[in-house]
Amino acid sequence: MNKLLVSVKIALRALRVNRTRSALTMLGIVIGVAAVIAMVGVGTGATARIQAQIQSIGSNLIVVLPGSISSNGVRLGSGAVATLTEDDAKAIAAECPSVSAVAPSVRGGVQVVYGSSNWATTVQGVTPDYMTIRDYTMLSGEFFTNQDVDAAAKVAVLGETVVQNLFGNSDPTGQVAIIKNVPFTVVGVLTPKGQSPSGQDQDDIILLPISTAKQKVLGTNKANAKAVSTLMVQASAPGAMNQAQQEMEALLRERHRIQAGQDDDFTVRNLTEVFAAQESSAQVMSILLGAIASVSLVVGGIGIMNIMLVSVTERTREIGLRQAVGAKTRDILSQFLVEAVTLSLLGGMIGIVIGLAASALISHFAQWSTQVSPLSILLAFVFSALVGVFFGYYPARKAAFLDPIEALRYE
Amino acid sequence: MAAVIEIKDLVKDYSLGAVPVHVLKNISLKVGRGEFVAIMGPSGSGKSTLMNILGCLDKPTSGTYTLDGISVGQLSRDELAEIRNKKIGFVFQQFNLLARTSASENVELPLMYTEIAAAERHDRAAKALVAVGLAGREAHQPSQLSGGQQQRVAIARALVNQPRIILADEPTGAVDSRTSLEILAIFQRLNREEGITMIVVTHDPDVATYASRNIHFKDGKIRLDEMMAHPRDAQKDLDALPAEAEPEAVLV
Repeated sequence: MNKLLVSVKIALRALRVNRTRSALTMLGIVIGVAAVIAMVGVGTGATARIQAQIQSIGSNLIVVLPGSISSNGVRLGSGAVATLTEDDAKAIAAECPSVSAVAPSVRGGVQVVYGSSNWATTVQGVTPDYMTIRDYTMLSGEFFTNQDVDAAAKVAVLGETVVQNLFGNSDPTGQVAIIKNVPFTVVGVLTPKGQSPSGQDQDDIILLPISTAKQKVLGTNKANAKAVSTLMVQASAPGAMNQAQQEMEALLRERHRIQAGQDDDFTVRNLTEVFAAQESSAQVMSILLGAIASVSLVVGGIGIMNIMLVSVTERTREIGLRQAVGAKTRDILSQFLVEAVTLSLLGGMIGIVIGLAASALISHFAQWSTQVSPLSILLAFVFSALVGVFFGYYPARKAAFLDPIEALRYE
Repeated sequence: MAAVIEIKDLVKDYSLGAVPVHVLKNISLKVGRGEFVAIMGPSGSGKSTLMNILGCLDKPTSGTYTLDGISVGQLSRDELAEIRNKKIGFVFQQFNLLARTSASENVELPLMYTEIAAAERHDRAAKALVAVGLAGREAHQPSQLSGGQQQRVAIARALVNQPRIILADEPTGAVDSRTSLEILAIFQRLNREEGITMIVVTHDPDVATYASRNIHFKDGKIRLDEMMAHPRDAQKDLDALPAEAEPEAVLV
């Protein structure tokens, strides 16, 4: 311990004596570490934002859409014909064990009026299960109930964007808004969710009981009064998604009497999977950025090695003298190694500070969310120490194994 | 008198390319405790090589070397470092002080490679500086000291580990004649009072007259080995010199 302390003391003195050179050598590591911290911060921030968006659409979500059907050889596009019904929703909820909730919904564009303001938005007719499936919470008021659905009550739940555009900052709960000439009582406001992973404003919406929506606002499908435009299905667990998907497909084929070999008249989409792909691409970007930044750390390490080699050559006589008065191989080795590690650690610490500042600046000016985890700071610190050991070892070894006679004679 | 240094049939060859060069040819030598030996000889006579071997900086090709009862001929690198640290003090022609380092820290250097605690290191360095007449200069850096003072710092450094022998390679080669006398006076005092065996390599026959034994080298062999009955006293010669205005002349 005593000896290590002595080595540190000798190393610090040597670094102080060559201040400018030490600072310039450190600069390589400073830039490397700062780049790693900032870049990984940007990458992690992007990943975190995508994760938050995925969570905002609800967990373990599967969407069932009416599929394409062939009518006399003409294939119609997805959703052209309403093939899904409220009964399908009930059947799925009752018969698929891997499904925990199903919410049928219909949607359409409408113009909403309140007092002198009006706003074009999307109306969605849903059941109370929809709130659970989409992980909605209420900012104020209550969500409508199953009784409201059964009674086709004229109640509405608004998204934050709609509230802003119609009511400004006043509380809309209890107010009456007109949708397609029908007065609706606002019973609640949804907590904002922000953008969906596909970039839609999830708060520009009005939720109505599905029965009311069909009867009073969007109109009933003439062929099938029970037709719905989508089914939102929640699997019971993240691992049960595929199972739930298979169960639903089997059940719907049976209910829709689709013969083996014929195409489905519905489409099942695993939303979580779709957006998870985005998340992993953000992670790849994060790793890539980190890797590129690491290159500069390695370059910084080579800078240290270079300067240490110069330093060893310059101080050959000093090394010879130290050997003459009794320094052993490991004394000289540790002296130069400690010097290299001190350079890289000091550079690492400064780099961490600059990296933190840089990612704060990026957040502020580029409006990117960045996230610097304590782990990445620790890693940067440990890594810069390792760079010092790795690139300092060769020069230190060279110094330690100098021949004392030649070293003393060196001019 | 017990022998501090005992060399038997020492041979040192260097191979420069394919041709071996015999630098030391079968040398045997005994140096007793408290002797003051001057080694002289022309360049290339092998005296430097002998000094390197005596200083445990180099290993002989064959033959034995016993230092203070320890056979050091074939010890490892680190064992030799340990011997140098404990038993030998070095004084060089070019002083070899660490630049931008205080006199005190320069003197402490050999103690840095021992387990001696910091407080005792400072203490011993201060005492060694007093012994060479540099009390009060502990904080001075080499650049703030004259050549003679720098050499005295180097002597203090050689002293600080209480060595058996001090090896001085042309210690007066880089200083003027007055300073040279001062250094020799210190050597003689250490030799007499502390019983440290002094071995000085010199070109200067004048310097050799202060030693109790003169060894002449030529072509890798000892040509002459004579005991001097009445070596000169450097302190007396120094006192006999006319006083100089230079401050270091009034020191000691």
